[in-house]
Amino acid sequence: MSNRSVVPFGPQHPVLPEPIHLDLVLEDEVVVDAIPSIGFVHRGLEKLVEVKDFNEMAYVAERICGICSYGHGFGYCDAVEHIMNIEIPPRAQYLRTILFEMSRLHSHMLWFGLLADGFGFESLFMDAWRIREKLLDMLEEATGGRVIFSINKIGGMRRDIPKEMLKSFRQRLEDLTEDLKVTVRTLLEDPAVKSRLSGVGVLTADEVETLGAAGPFLRGSGIRRDSRKLGYLAYDDIDFDIITHNDGDTYARTYVRAMEILQSVDIIKQAIEKTPAGEVDVPVKGFPNGEYMTRIEQPRGEACYYVKANGKKFLERMRVRTPTFANIPALTASLRGSELADIPILILAIDPCISCTER
Amino acid sequence: MGALNFAGRALKNLFSAPATIKYPFEPRVYPEGTRGHVENDMDQCILCGLCQMRCPTKAITVDKGSQTWSIRPFSCIQCRCCVDNCPKKSLSMGLKYQEPGSVKVTKTFELSDKQKELLAAQQKAAAERAAAAKAAAAAKAAGGNAAAKPEAK
Repeated sequence: MSNRSVVPFGPQHPVLPEPIHLDLVLEDEVVVDAIPSIGFVHRGLEKLVEVKDFNEMAYVAERICGICSYGHGFGYCDAVEHIMNIEIPPRAQYLRTILFEMSRLHSHMLWFGLLADGFGFESLFMDAWRIREKLLDMLEEATGGRVIFSINKIGGMRRDIPKEMLKSFRQRLEDLTEDLKVTVRTLLEDPAVKSRLSGVGVLTADEVETLGAAGPFLRGSGIRRDSRKLGYLAYDDIDFDIITHNDGDTYARTYVRAMEILQSVDIIKQAIEKTPAGEVDVPVKGFPNGEYMTRIEQPRGEACYYVKANGKKFLERMRVRTPTFANIPALTASLRGSELADIPILILAIDPCISCTER
Repeated sequence: MGALNFAGRALKNLFSAPATIKYPFEPRVYPEGTRGHVENDMDQCILCGLCQMRCPTKAITVDKGSQTWSIRPFSCIQCRCCVDNCPKKSLSMGLKYQEPGSVKVTKTFELSDKQKELLAAQQKAAAERAAAAKAAAAAKAAGGNAAAKPEAK
């Protein structure tokens, strides 16, 4: 019998943007078990519903995480709007869709850079973030913030995006597409990248489904599941296909995310084309009473927002189930049996967002 | 194929200008509508206190006694709530981002003389109105009492 040793990985590690700790049980170079522990950035944001007005809570929800901030703000507002039976005007639906896809795009580009950095492809990392910077500029123009957008409120949008700006976004995305295609192709077709990612951390469709994985992690194993197909916002009117890959390895997860980058550009263009004119918000009266759970597709997978209200100014409960939290069991399963040197790539491939996980 | 594509770009990057701006020498152009920091035009402010009420982080303090408006920039989250709720449109969002610092400062602004005079005049007028109303009410009550007394007898 060979020797077993335990190697601590994280909470501070060069490949980790955020703190998660893994105890890796090794037999020689092979991981036989991985024990995750979280709780390094817990802030107790959910508890704040008891002291923040339900309108102000939208700002808190956005601050759950700096990368998926748009989705969190929207998810919370959507849940409260359902409780209060508020119908959002069609223009607001479309603008929300456009901004949601823009935030998906910038989140995926961030992940793209981090992954390239993870295996030492520095120039690709810089290239991905150069493109991301242009997307952030667009988001700042549209919403007034680069990271925290604060554009969703209960009842619609806090500001309209003018027609000319939407037109210019369309043009700028058109110009970016060629750039994006070269960058994405480099990652997917480069033989060095391929040999590094293929066959690493294979999980079958059955395994990921049993372990409850979400998002591109799930779709990388061939399961066609995307919450955008549930038909919230304007996704029903937009023609897009769920991107899947059947291999279930790190390359497959990378492929799904990389293709979603190009798909997002397409969705934004379609949505800009179809955006109707009209109001962007409706007046809100009274306090919410009841409970609701919203499911939305965040860049990292499906997120659920549960809100319970009792007809008062302050909500009773808000609960967020984030995709990274759902992905951790499947992540530890994918780590088992892989080489120690592949661990950083495997962790980066699920695009971990620990701030979301811990709230 | 991919590597070849990228080699072209890498070579191009070697000889082209940087994608970033040379910040201190070249100014950063903020897009219109950036939520940078909160500004208050003290020629317009009437110290109504709505901004203080609506601020989610309680960063704004309105002191009617000393006629000052103060903000704690390190508590401000640039949500734009105060600006949206300002009845006189004296509050606005400045484009430049909030400056960093090592001390949590409080920025206090005093009302302009013009605005102070205006508020004083308004208060005086309001006090006169109140006094007049009170006098009228008293006269009415006295009249009413006078009319009621004989009935009571």
